Amino acid sequence: MADDDIAAKNPQRSGTNRRRFLMASVSSAAAPAFVRAATADAAAQRNSSGARLPADFTLTINGRDYQLAVDPRTSLLDLLREHLALTGSKKGCDHGQCGACTVLLDGRRVLSCLTLAVAAQGRAVTTIEGLAKAGALHPMQQAFIDHDAFQCGYCTPGQIMSAIACVNEGHAETDADIRESMSGNLCRCAAYPNIVAAVRQAKPVMKTASRD
Amino acid sequence: MRPFVYERVGDWAAATQAAGRLGSAPASYLAGGTTLVDLMRLEVMRPERVIDINALHDSRYGRIEFGQNGLRLGALVRMADAADHPGVQRHCPVIAQALQLAASAQIRNMASLGGNVLQRTRCTYFRDVSYAACNKRNPGSGCAALAGVNRMHAVLGGSDHCIATYAGDFAQALIALGASVDLISADGARTIPFAKLHRQPGDTPDQETTLRPGELIVSFTVPAAPWTRRSLYLKVRDRQSYEFALASAAVALDLDDGAVREARIALGGVSTVPWRAAEAEAALRGKTINDQTAMAAADAAFAGAQGRGHNDFKIELGKRTLRRALRQAAALEI
Repeated sequence: MADDDIAAKNPQRSGTNRRRFLMASVSSAAAPAFVRAATADAAAQRNSSGARLPADFTLTINGRDYQLAVDPRTSLLDLLREHLALTGSKKGCDHGQCGACTVLLDGRRVLSCLTLAVAAQGRAVTTIEGLAKAGALHPMQQAFIDHDAFQCGYCTPGQIMSAIACVNEGHAETDADIRESMSGNLCRCAAYPNIVAAVRQAKPVMKTASRD
Repeated sequence: MRPFVYERVGDWAAATQAAGRLGSAPASYLAGGTTLVDLMRLEVMRPERVIDINALHDSRYGRIEFGQNGLRLGALVRMADAADHPGVQRHCPVIAQALQLAASAQIRNMASLGGNVLQRTRCTYFRDVSYAACNKRNPGSGCAALAGVNRMHAVLGGSDHCIATYAGDFAQALIALGASVDLISADGARTIPFAKLHRQPGDTPDQETTLRPGELIVSFTVPAAPWTRRSLYLKVRDRQSYEFALASAAVALDLDDGAVREARIALGGVSTVPWRAAEAEAALRGKTINDQTAMAAADAAFAGAQGRGHNDFKIELGKRTLRRALRQAAALEI
């Protein structure tokens, strides 16, 4: 693969201090964060067909608006992890088979690896980073800790996002329901019984919290 | 992933016009993206333009409607929303069950009904571009599955050019219930029987559907009929959830005091296209469903089946799956 192909695929990586810069801008800016890839603009100029024009759009992530300009090929997962330094969402298979990348899009669980970032424009994304409020863990996060519902933890952010949706969808009525509803989230450590127990614990707590 | 131009459209006319402007440049419509983005990343699909039609979800094409003509499902309805719809569950349980069993909750939240019926095969030789031989990907290159590992491949509807299995579930429910599909293109609208949508591979496995260039599915209509209530979808697979079928059966029955007035049967996991088992339906007409009649129907359904080695077991498994589905459907209390 030619070097410029790699640069086009991963425009952010060609800037050496990109991530550090982004982390600073994300953590300090109160106004919408502006993330623009200079290399993507250069790529667009290089190609007269216009195939590499960056896509400009806005996205709300964890309650905050972002103005973005990225290569249209960028998945929502790569946008979160590589462009915005929100590395909680994990890349397992990158083909929609493992569930590690699960996020909520307008409150519904989806696979961020199979979502083009540009196609999510104007919608609200919730990631694992957006769950804790004022330092207090979400009931599902607490339940995963209480029940030791992980070993290596790699699948856990996806499991927790999926589990929250499972409860909100009304699919956590029985253990069998929970297992079926959570079947899109693989756990190589096989913490499944503990995950089911965590979902069972969090369900009434989530309902109480939503009444408050 | 290859570069592409992304275009977002706000209405059907804009969508089909966008497709019409493309000329010969490969273009794909984007709805849920669960097939398209996956296969673009694998470079199996290489559209130069991607036309995002998700903004049309707020039209009637994102809605489920019951009317005099039956059930109308907009192409942009998400699988989960159709599966969870009380009317669909009550009047056409086979549709709700096929969708429920089709994929993970995340994928069902994303995938549209229109995209679902057009999902591509899971044949490993098709999905991996490092295999040179695949007549679907690269017409005339041969079929690596014929002499390869073909445990998951089709025993019905195959040819010496392709034995890739149609991977979906929802389509079996549609074809069993005699659904039609509404299409739109820059040249206008037309409606075709769902059974005419998919093409058997024959000697052109790359041509999977009868859709014209730029044509788009806008809705499905399932006619009201006395057999839709007594219907179910039975899916047999390697693991209990989130897996493609080894064999599946969509069954709908209209019984008259136990005797079959009309049977509608479709098979999945065993065929190259959504497979209507008309011979099995005919074998049951006027009969009471029991071990013998169900077995005769299953034998009729698989009379033309051809195993290719590793998938030989699917013939017996498919028959048993259909037999169980027929017994269960006949026993339903509705």
